[in-house]
Amino acid sequence: MSKVYASATEALDGLLFDGMTIAAGGFGLCGIPELLIAAIREAGTKDITIASNNCGVDGFGLGVLLESRQIRKMISSYVGENAEFMRQYLSGELELEFNPQGTLAERMRAGGAGIPGFYTATGVGTVIAEGKDHKDFNGKTYILETGLVMDLSIVKAWKADPSGNLVFRKTARNFNPPAATCGKICVVEVEEIVPLGSIDPDHIHLPGIYVHRIIQGQHEKRIEQRTVRKREAV
Amino acid sequence: MGWDRNQMAARAAQELQDGWYVNLGIGIPTLVSNYIPDGVNVTLQSENGMLGMGPFPYEGEEDPDLINAGKQTITELPQTAFFDSAQSFAMIRGGKIAMAILGGMEVSEKGDLANWMVPGKLVKGMGGAMDLVAGVGRVVVVMDHTSKHGDSKVLKDCTLPLTGKGVVNRIITNLGVLDVVPGGLKIVECADGVTEDELRKATEATIVN
Repeated sequence: MSKVYASATEALDGLLFDGMTIAAGGFGLCGIPELLIAAIREAGTKDITIASNNCGVDGFGLGVLLESRQIRKMISSYVGENAEFMRQYLSGELELEFNPQGTLAERMRAGGAGIPGFYTATGVGTVIAEGKDHKDFNGKTYILETGLVMDLSIVKAWKADPSGNLVFRKTARNFNPPAATCGKICVVEVEEIVPLGSIDPDHIHLPGIYVHRIIQGQHEKRIEQRTVRKREAV
Repeated sequence: MGWDRNQMAARAAQELQDGWYVNLGIGIPTLVSNYIPDGVNVTLQSENGMLGMGPFPYEGEEDPDLINAGKQTITELPQTAFFDSAQSFAMIRGGKIAMAILGGMEVSEKGDLANWMVPGKLVKGMGGAMDLVAGVGRVVVVMDHTSKHGDSKVLKDCTLPLTGKGVVNRIITNLGVLDVVPGGLKIVECADGVTEDELRKATEATIVN
């Protein structure tokens, strides 16, 4: 059975349904599964709950699913880059659950690793801790956070081989590996599918057991904050 | 009178020790990297998944796959390592990062920090700030001592929602440096041209000797 599909739409065939939960990789606009997001927009799936560190910007990334009103709830750590997000949130159309960034990453990792909950000191004494189980270990207080298991993971990697072994590039790795592991099904988009055996097995960042479907495509890879320095005169 | 943004950053850079792994927040803390003393080698962590953060790229050399936690394009160094977000926060939560230098809206005499939301205003989220203050070895907050209206931001109790409770070790403001100690805050030094009396008057928190 081949894991390689011809397009994002074909790779998502049969996986999308209204009210589903999705984990998405990416940090800001870096390493986001932009082709799969566009295909979900095309499919028109509604009432989606998405766990993703951010929610794109207006007109790009997960922002396009906000414009089409396909997202019911976001689980995120930072959503400041998006005017449409704020409009929908303040008008009550969109539900938002803030998770501290590390707690969100660990919830994905734990969910994918079969760990239903874990204790962390992050958020103790803040609004994040309200209503959560508190427990002391060695004289320090921790709160219970739960692992996330989602219906679908959408992930962006740099390279894949046909068995789904993945290599990421620089800081575009970010949430992609933990997001990949916490979905019941994981679909990955890559810049290049390389032949079996061409990735050194010691250099694989995420083994193919986590990856069910793969597509190769062209990525815009938009830069959110282009920041440069001047060349000093020689 | 007092320190400007760059002088506050330069003073914060004196906190760094050779060999440390450090996380710098957005704003004045980012400027700290311009003032790292000679002979002090620190490795900067960016919580989106990088150790060994380099300077901004030259124009034309920006890489969309290489950004910092503020989503700005940056560069790598010979010692750079990349990793995923779960591992990034494992090293933060696990106490492997020696120090975080962060901005603040309010700090209390008990070391409580508020820097992520103002009720009634646009709430963007806490990002990695709650994880950092809960996990790193030492937390230094760099901020203005008073609001635009002259109200102290160094308080007995924070009025804004907290980022962390009892997490701050040292506060560096435009007026001076204070440590969180049992019973209140202890003055470490006054900024250039600031008297101890002026620093005390601008501080609502209890100052202990």
